[in-house]
Amino acid sequence: MAQQLRPSKSASKKPKIDWSRREEADNFARTVKLYRQGKIDHDSFRRFRLQHGAYGTRMTDDYAMVRIKIPAGQIYPYQLEKIAQLSEMYSIGSAHVSTRENIQLHWVVLEDVSEIMHGLADVGLTSREACGNTVRNVMCSPLSGVCNDEMFDATSYAIATAKFLLRNPLNQTLPRKFKFNFSCCEKHGMIRIADVGLIPQIRELDGKKQRGFKIFLGGGLGNKSFVGYQLEDFTPEEDLLYTSIAVLQIFDRMGNRKNMARNRMRYLVDEMGWDKFQNLILKQRTIVRATQSVIVRLNINQKPNEIKRPISISSENGSVPDGYARWLKSTTYKQKQEGYSAVFVTLEAGDITANQLRAMAEITMDFSAEGFARNGFSQDIILRYVHESDLPRLYSRLLEAGLANSGSLTMASAVGCSGTSSCNLALTNSHRLAKEIQRKFLELKLDEDDDLSDATIKISGCPNSCGQHDIATIGFFGGGARVGKDMYPNYSMSLGGRFDDKTMLGVTCMRVPVKRAIPVILKIIELFKKNKQPDDTLSRWIDRIVHDNESSEIKSIKDMKKILSPLVIPPSKADDPDFYSDYGTDTSYHTITGKGECAA
Amino acid sequence: MCSLSSEITPTTVDVDTVRSKINDDSLRLIDVRREEDYNQGHIPNAVNLPLASLLSGDSPESVVKLVEDMGIADDTKVVVYDDTFGALASRVTWTLQYIGHKNVALLEVTYSQWKELGLKTSTEKPNIKPAKHSLNLNPDIMATAEYLENAKEKDNVVLIDNRERLNFLEQHIPGSINIPYRTLATDGKILRTKESMRNLLKNRGIPEDAEIITYCGSVGTLSGLAYYALKSIGIPNVKLYVNSFKEWKKLEKPIGKQENAAYWDLSAE
Repeated sequence: MAQQLRPSKSASKKPKIDWSRREEADNFARTVKLYRQGKIDHDSFRRFRLQHGAYGTRMTDDYAMVRIKIPAGQIYPYQLEKIAQLSEMYSIGSAHVSTRENIQLHWVVLEDVSEIMHGLADVGLTSREACGNTVRNVMCSPLSGVCNDEMFDATSYAIATAKFLLRNPLNQTLPRKFKFNFSCCEKHGMIRIADVGLIPQIRELDGKKQRGFKIFLGGGLGNKSFVGYQLEDFTPEEDLLYTSIAVLQIFDRMGNRKNMARNRMRYLVDEMGWDKFQNLILKQRTIVRATQSVIVRLNINQKPNEIKRPISISSENGSVPDGYARWLKSTTYKQKQEGYSAVFVTLEAGDITANQLRAMAEITMDFSAEGFARNGFSQDIILRYVHESDLPRLYSRLLEAGLANSGSLTMASAVGCSGTSSCNLALTNSHRLAKEIQRKFLELKLDEDDDLSDATIKISGCPNSCGQHDIATIGFFGGGARVGKDMYPNYSMSLGGRFDDKTMLGVTCMRVPVKRAIPVILKIIELFKKNKQPDDTLSRWIDRIVHDNESSEIKSIKDMKKILSPLVIPPSKADDPDFYSDYGTDTSYHTITGKGECAA
Repeated sequence: MCSLSSEITPTTVDVDTVRSKINDDSLRLIDVRREEDYNQGHIPNAVNLPLASLLSGDSPESVVKLVEDMGIADDTKVVVYDDTFGALASRVTWTLQYIGHKNVALLEVTYSQWKELGLKTSTEKPNIKPAKHSLNLNPDIMATAEYLENAKEKDNVVLIDNRERLNFLEQHIPGSINIPYRTLATDGKILRTKESMRNLLKNRGIPEDAEIITYCGSVGTLSGLAYYALKSIGIPNVKLYVNSFKEWKKLEKPIGKQENAAYWDLSAE
């Protein structure tokens, strides 16, 4: 490498919190043995396995997926290096960054899971409560602390919440999983689609500024998705923990433990009605506030992170490789801190090789003045506090590592759950479809189109929404269809989903066979170009269509369906056998699923 | 473990032992990297035996000839190294043991790691006087396809595939288990610590008194490394299916596969 940067002291930064407990690894190894010897029944073992972050794998009991929790998405270089090593030793040589800031290792031999846990303990990480009926990874916007629209940085609140709840008896056997999302502002977090979503707020009381949150409850995506409700105008920070405890207690007590399909808290809210639920929570919070000991509180670390720009030992100004302007425009966000940018590194459907993880670790040390990276909401990794003058060199380094795809902040970066690549419930290979879409968008340079930049494409391999299709501008979930005896993979397409302050679920438009998904998307873009208003964007145009507010030839979803329908007519199998197979396989499509455990 | 004079051959030899015996004529170091890499620098006094040269004519007689040309007599202590995480060195070491050379071991680090430790290298080729070596085949450490096919049906025989996970999922010898070669190394050494190797086998439920047969993709390099990882903890009965999966497929033997999952699409390669 022509340009070498020497890491400053911040490079060797270690996280403040050790999330691991090494004895859990040994306990896991022992329990697997007992299970294999038939001394523990399947269901008890499954509960235990999920509690420890090991999820089942498609059509086999021999392998597991280990979901590594990354609270608030904060990940340190030496943790990335360790995960690289573990992926080569025990997984497939690649890791997967999820939509909930976790990092997943797939196709791990069940008997090796404890080895991974030991490795994670070496770097202070855990997979504990990453699956199962517990509080899952506590998310935080990757822009918290640097966002131009935030009131204050929620990261330390997210971390403190994660710390309080991890291994806490309060949430070890909830009716179902439970998700906390912290955001910076309305735009950058997904607060209305979590069980508890929080946005920092500041209010003035008697001339004094007081920190607090806008809290949303009862949202969530799944077989049936719901948008969360705002609990009250303002929840002061002292009430953050009491509110969290109250919500968990109510859910624990009243959530549906009988009907697996309706056991998330959003169903409880839906069945009870928001007013009643809200009332219950507020009452419960009064009780919690009155009965909790004063020593039960969140331990918020308010000490700011050290920001120290890594020192460049070579000021050699090499030529900037091709594609820099395109990359710069579509992957970087100017921070509120003068002179610094956050860089969104897009990964194809969240997949990253061991070598790329190692490169990412080095790049983080060499370029981020805060010395760590943040996982994002879109299967991406965000490098913050990159000095603007270092961006060209960062681009060169990312390019060398194969990590410089442009378009991470645009429609080009499609999200896809793991689908048939590893999930028991999947009906289609949503994972590969997301990759195919991203490749096509980049090939056509659609990431450069400003009209498309605020739109999203998200794909799930089944109706359960791990790919978050419900909140995408163009969303897909997988299923099967048939012509006579011949089956083909078929997606249900919805339009107009969004996850900002006007969060709404997408409106079902039509079914689209997998091999027609890309032509249909391109056709929608073509129709948009033809009918758009000046200064229009695709998402605004679609928003008008789904609300029947559009005045051009396509006035409604129905019109859209009509105009697209010639594209989705199945050819005969003799004419086009490829139509009848999913991506990633050359055999004819058939649906096959196992028992789900809910992965993302 | 590191004494070169020991009767029982150790699996690996540590850096200090090799360093202190570099000029000792009773020790022969073999560098199995390609000739051009060797010419650019090697451990002082090491001779070059690229794995490809060994494989181009690996009848026992031609191996004996190669060994003699490297000045290796029956009682010469031999240490082998590579820059491919020990896999190529393992295959050469195994071949020497197969023709009956007793005192041969792997250097515990790769050439890159040797250099990273700041240890001496040289571009000079040593002057070698050819030696005489006998041929005493050691068939107990080799498995043929036919042998494997019969053995794998028996109790207490474990068949280990050392290729990467995705290759294994896609196709493997039925009944084999997968321990990818990357699992065998540790930070800075070509093999795991004995304790962690034992732990891995314990977790996998592989008894140490089992007969273990290792194989990989084509010529027995990755599985050669596994052979020595198993030997390092004293497993008595280990065999290398040296012609590995390439031959197995050519012979059109049965192949196992993880069905109904598109696992390749999870790879970012």
